[in-house]
Amino acid sequence: MTRRPHRVAEGGRIARDRPLSFTLEGRTFSGFAGDTLASALLANGLTLIGRSFKYHRPRGFVAAGCEEPNGLVTLGETGRTTPNIAATMTELHDGLCARRQNGGPSVDFDLMAINSWLAPLLGAGFYYKTFMGPRRGSWMFYEPFIRRAAGLGRAVHERDPDRYETRYEFADVLVIGAGAAGLAAASAAGRSGARVLLVEQDSLLGGQLLSRHLKDRCETWRGAAVAAVAACPNIRVLPRTTAFGLYDGNMVGLLTRYAPGQPQSARGEAREVVTTLCAKSIVFATGAIERPLVFGDNDRPGVMLASAAQTYLNRYAVSLGQRIVVATNNDSAWSSAAELARSGAAVTIVDQRAEVAAPLLELARQGGIAVELASVVTRAFGRRRVKGARLAALAGGAERTIDCDLLCMSGGWSCTVHLTSHTGIKPTYRAAIDSFVPGALAAGHFGAGAVMGSFGLAQGILEGNFAGAQAARHAGFALGAPEPDPDHVQVLPDEPYNLEIARGAAGKMRGKAFVDFQSDVTTDDVTNAQQEGFESVEHLKRYTTLGMGTDQGKTSNINAIGLISTLRGQAIAAAGTTTFRPPFTPVSIGALVGRNIGHHFRPIRRSPLHDWHASNGAAFIEAGPWLRAWYYRWAGDTVASAYIKEMHAVRSAVGISDISTLGKIDVQGPDAAEFLNRVYVNGFAKLPIGKARYGVMLNDDATVLDDGTTARFSETRYFLTTTTAQAGEVMSHLEFLHQTAWPELQVQFLSVTDEWAGMSVAGPKARAVLALAMPDHDFSDATLPHMGCRELIYEGGALRVLRLSFSGELAFELYVPADRGTGLWELLLTRGAELGIRPYGLEALASLRIEKGHVAGLELDHRNTLDDLGLGRMAGRDKVYVGRELRERSELKDPQRWSLVGIEGLEPDARLRGGAILFANADPIHGHGRGYITSVTWSTVLGRFIALGLYQGGLAHQNEEIICAFPLKNEIVRARIVSPVFIDEQGERMRV
Amino acid sequence: MNTGSANGPTGNERMLKIVCPNCGERHYTEFRYAGDATKSRPRHGSADLRAWHDHVFLFDNPKGAHREYWQHVLGCRQWLVLERDTATNTTGRSWLASEAAPP
Repeated sequence: MTRRPHRVAEGGRIARDRPLSFTLEGRTFSGFAGDTLASALLANGLTLIGRSFKYHRPRGFVAAGCEEPNGLVTLGETGRTTPNIAATMTELHDGLCARRQNGGPSVDFDLMAINSWLAPLLGAGFYYKTFMGPRRGSWMFYEPFIRRAAGLGRAVHERDPDRYETRYEFADVLVIGAGAAGLAAASAAGRSGARVLLVEQDSLLGGQLLSRHLKDRCETWRGAAVAAVAACPNIRVLPRTTAFGLYDGNMVGLLTRYAPGQPQSARGEAREVVTTLCAKSIVFATGAIERPLVFGDNDRPGVMLASAAQTYLNRYAVSLGQRIVVATNNDSAWSSAAELARSGAAVTIVDQRAEVAAPLLELARQGGIAVELASVVTRAFGRRRVKGARLAALAGGAERTIDCDLLCMSGGWSCTVHLTSHTGIKPTYRAAIDSFVPGALAAGHFGAGAVMGSFGLAQGILEGNFAGAQAARHAGFALGAPEPDPDHVQVLPDEPYNLEIARGAAGKMRGKAFVDFQSDVTTDDVTNAQQEGFESVEHLKRYTTLGMGTDQGKTSNINAIGLISTLRGQAIAAAGTTTFRPPFTPVSIGALVGRNIGHHFRPIRRSPLHDWHASNGAAFIEAGPWLRAWYYRWAGDTVASAYIKEMHAVRSAVGISDISTLGKIDVQGPDAAEFLNRVYVNGFAKLPIGKARYGVMLNDDATVLDDGTTARFSETRYFLTTTTAQAGEVMSHLEFLHQTAWPELQVQFLSVTDEWAGMSVAGPKARAVLALAMPDHDFSDATLPHMGCRELIYEGGALRVLRLSFSGELAFELYVPADRGTGLWELLLTRGAELGIRPYGLEALASLRIEKGHVAGLELDHRNTLDDLGLGRMAGRDKVYVGRELRERSELKDPQRWSLVGIEGLEPDARLRGGAILFANADPIHGHGRGYITSVTWSTVLGRFIALGLYQGGLAHQNEEIICAFPLKNEIVRARIVSPVFIDEQGERMRV
Repeated sequence: MNTGSANGPTGNERMLKIVCPNCGERHYTEFRYAGDATKSRPRHGSADLRAWHDHVFLFDNPKGAHREYWQHVLGCRQWLVLERDTATNTTGRSWLASEAAPP
């Protein structure tokens, strides 16, 4: 790699007194504060920034801004590694560490460059057409290799140590873009007193003005405008902030990148922030993007947009060539050429137009610029660095080659219509400037300057003023906003912008002429796509991947649409554009997610007994939003051994379990009984005071919504419990029915889940434990029979006791106010110690119910009906309840529906697994089977694995042998269908 | 639209905010969406299977003005009927589902 310092001795917006040091693939380079990574690399003479996506052709920088298609690097190391960052948008800082991408072993020496010799084979659709065989699914085999050969940077798996934030903000007027039009708009809106937010993706304000020479009189205007904005107290300026998306509700997504090179995370500050901004009105001043010309080998390093060369020269003091060719079809490149000539370079303008305005010729004469009219560049020469350009006169005649070390191109400017199009407003084509302009703007949206197709500077400022004042008025700030001083504006040049659509050279081109640099799409690819019938721009995009890179085709869109229109012989306006979608430029996922990572991903709910569990050897498991005690160390070090011992404690003596997570709803009112009677399939109208009842409620479509018990404590007061998982759903369901369907019923609901700590004391010795713990109360079968409930006093507060059993043993559910939970829990354990009471966790709780065939969340998946779950008999034949009518649908009465069965393993040592697929013995083991296992446990009573599951035809197949297949582990286990109630079918154990 | 003042925003600036009749103008993330509110639920106990079928399974998906159920789950928990333009997301009037629609 030959290197030559390109830094101009003076000028530019760099701080020469603040040198910075950075590395590229470990080699140290230097630059200055104010540089971008791109400008610093170019100043160091590095022109090869990457290898192209598909052909691995050497590539250099094309642009100086966010539209850069080639100059993508990977920044940072370990967890901070960020791939595919445009070096043109990366502010240089001390210690910055970058790597180039897509080269193996290195970008400078890339073995995959063989692809560029294979290029004739690798056109659009090549991979899909070629890697089809030998059989279906082969693409899945080839794809990883192809993706590895193509592609950009790689993400890493390490955790990013930096911090990201999301926030909300509001403004009266949002001005997007701080070029001349945006600065004028912000000032005008600010003068009205409105709260104005001015966002600019660059670190400096001024837009294209920043690329003018520092002694240019525009700089005086820029300085005054920036000072005016800064002095206005109600204008807030956010530099380094990209408005990446426009959404409904005047909502705009903003990404702010904080100043580089500071140890933000060490100070607890965010590296990037996504702001969701709601503004009353919006001014779009997003400017325009220059586009390349399409000619042979137009991707060689050293072929660059004319405006970019001007930016590197004037803003960054980097001179990129001594012999420069500027190829163009429009007026703007002439002023770029004049700026380049002023640096001392020998410049030749090649303009496809036969005639240009006299002032341009005068500009060229003054700058000593050679002019070739009615001519085009058909090809670039050089491989790693451009060496010459082939010129052809459009009138015909011999082509000639001129030497150059920089080939600038300007095919005109494309208005940055992305944001204005995000909400579905199609941009419209304006032939005079060969660009799309925003479609009809919504109320409260205003545009100014280049984005609207107004490329003159003075015009842009006038439009900005007008739009800013209009936007403020729309936001309700009618006063103020005096007109700007017309003299002030008139001193500024308002260069005309004329253009002739660039289509001339197509027939004379040699070499690969790239339309989209980043996606490696050439004119041949577009032609092939058209010939194969992919004519619509949306099809063209998907077939060739044109515009699908990280740059989203900012430089390629118009050229591609122009080419396909020419091929089809139709107008560009008829072809239209592809759909613009957010984000405008890439947004890191970290910034979108903000702080919602790790434990902050969602809130964790903890039982009021959590601390006791934690300090007494509980292992925890997430159950929905809850963190629940899973098993306890007293019973074993792993769940597999512990839950069996815990189950055994319950079945043989007594256990205690935390059930605080159950949903609890306080239902009160004169019509509470009537209401509950309507929502439950079984009768609640006649539930006596002091009794509880198990109930099931359905969705309107007759699938089971939830089950639980409801206790009646007085004429008008009920205590309703839900499953842990469905608590919120049930609450909303009850409120919905009450408020939308039966507002005449006098009933109220209140969620009291967090108010009560709940615990279940279960086992043959449960009553004895309660008697020891609370000798003043009577828990005898006569006072508190099975399904009875009582309100008692514990330590001066409420204690609700419900004699219910989920485990099938004699059991009591006890509820006390949450802050008394631990006290009661410890009392029961202490007093019950002599009876052998032990805490048991969620795993044992869930397993005990399987032995009893009780359904729970895994079976209640909103797809099963009452009959599927064997609960059909609960519904009263003449009773009216929610879901009754649609239960009568014939589909739901099909005897072949998958319904609840018990499953008993036939191989003593082979475990059954949840999710295993069930097959009849004679079935081939293939496909979706006849059902699946929902819940599994080892049964301490039966000494074997048992399970609940859903099986086609259900218990009609009782005692048949089946096969449980678990393909993930290649397991096949024999089993038998049995009743889902494995033990104590008559329920005698819980009635003692 | 009970919050639009003479100077204040009206129409599309209010999108993605919902006026709760109890709590006032709130961000839409405080609410939970629950579907079409233009249909009337068959009377409790109605044995008309066809009516229930249509109520539960058949929905229009209009582009433009629509009425929907929303619940202010992170506020007063009341169910509302909200006017919303499905094409522009512009929200309009709202009232409690337990009360009659305003004229």
